[in-house]
Amino acid sequence: MADTMKLHYTVDADDFTVAGEASGAVKKVLKQLGFSSDIIRKVAVAMYECEINMVIHADGGVIDVEITPEKIRMIHSDKGPGIKDIEKAMQEGFSTADEKVRELGFGAGMGLPNMKRYTDEMNITTKIGEGTVVDMTVYVK
Amino acid sequence: MKLSEVKEILNAEVVAGEEFLDREVKSAFGSDLMSDVLAFVKDQALLLTGLVNGQVIRTAEMMDIKAIVFVRGKKPTEDIAELAKEYQMVVMTTDYTLYPSCGKLYCAGLVPNEERVD
Ligand SMILES: Nc1ncnc2c1ncn2[C@@H]1O[C@H](COP(=O)(O)OP(=O)(O)OP(=O)(O)O)[C@@H](O)[C@H]1O
Ligand SMILES: [Mg+2]
Repeated sequence: MADTMKLHYTVDADDFTVAGEASGAVKKVLKQLGFSSDIIRKVAVAMYECEINMVIHADGGVIDVEITPEKIRMIHSDKGPGIKDIEKAMQEGFSTADEKVRELGFGAGMGLPNMKRYTDEMNITTKIGEGTVVDMTVYVK
Repeated sequence: MKLSEVKEILNAEVVAGEEFLDREVKSAFGSDLMSDVLAFVKDQALLLTGLVNGQVIRTAEMMDIKAIVFVRGKKPTEDIAELAKEYQMVVMTTDYTLYPSCGKLYCAGLVPNEERVD
């Protein structure tokens, strides 16, 4: 596995039940490639939280994953409403999710802090009315 | 604790993974919030929840949770059970609500699971 392995996923916003399919697929790939369960868990959880956000806060989007023996990078891009105040959004407990989302078990305002905790690098680029890109990297130490 | 013991203590009905009741769980976590599960759970944990939908199964899969108890008599639909079977999980339902379910297991020696990932 000398080269970079690239994976691409489209996240559908209409169907909440399929949210998590992309992260589940990546988890499987990483397992096959023989990464440690610790690394796999970090990537899977960060990606899953981000995937859910794309479904509940944006209109879905695309995910690009790059895997090398040294690191795993996940780039989530959506064309949703954008994030008004990133600093606020990063706080535990901050959420704009509605009642419907809460009934599904999400909207606790824990997603972005979780992603930060599980990854080594995390960058958010966002523009109101245009969309959000969440770029995360997990290093294989 | 063996899952067969969990089943007995909670007087639970097994909906998926009957063949894996020999499995051990080392700790447990009770919550209806999936993001809390994603923040707190460690290896080989049992998840107790009152939330019943497919995302519970997917969340569990992300966290390598292999056993779930749905509390207060909530029965998962066929597709949820199918997803759990696909992931080789044990799924049970108990009539007890979340607090007594956790309390009974705690008293029987199943410790909590709150170590946070940093
Ligand atoms: N892709 C996105 N597009 C637009 N807004 C977003 C996006 N991701 C996050 N947000 C905003 O940031 C807030 C915090 O996100 P975070 O993931 O931490 O919590 P949550 O999704 O509301 O709840 P939880 O993740 O616990 O289910 C969201 O409520 C939403 O307002
Ligand atoms: Mg979120």
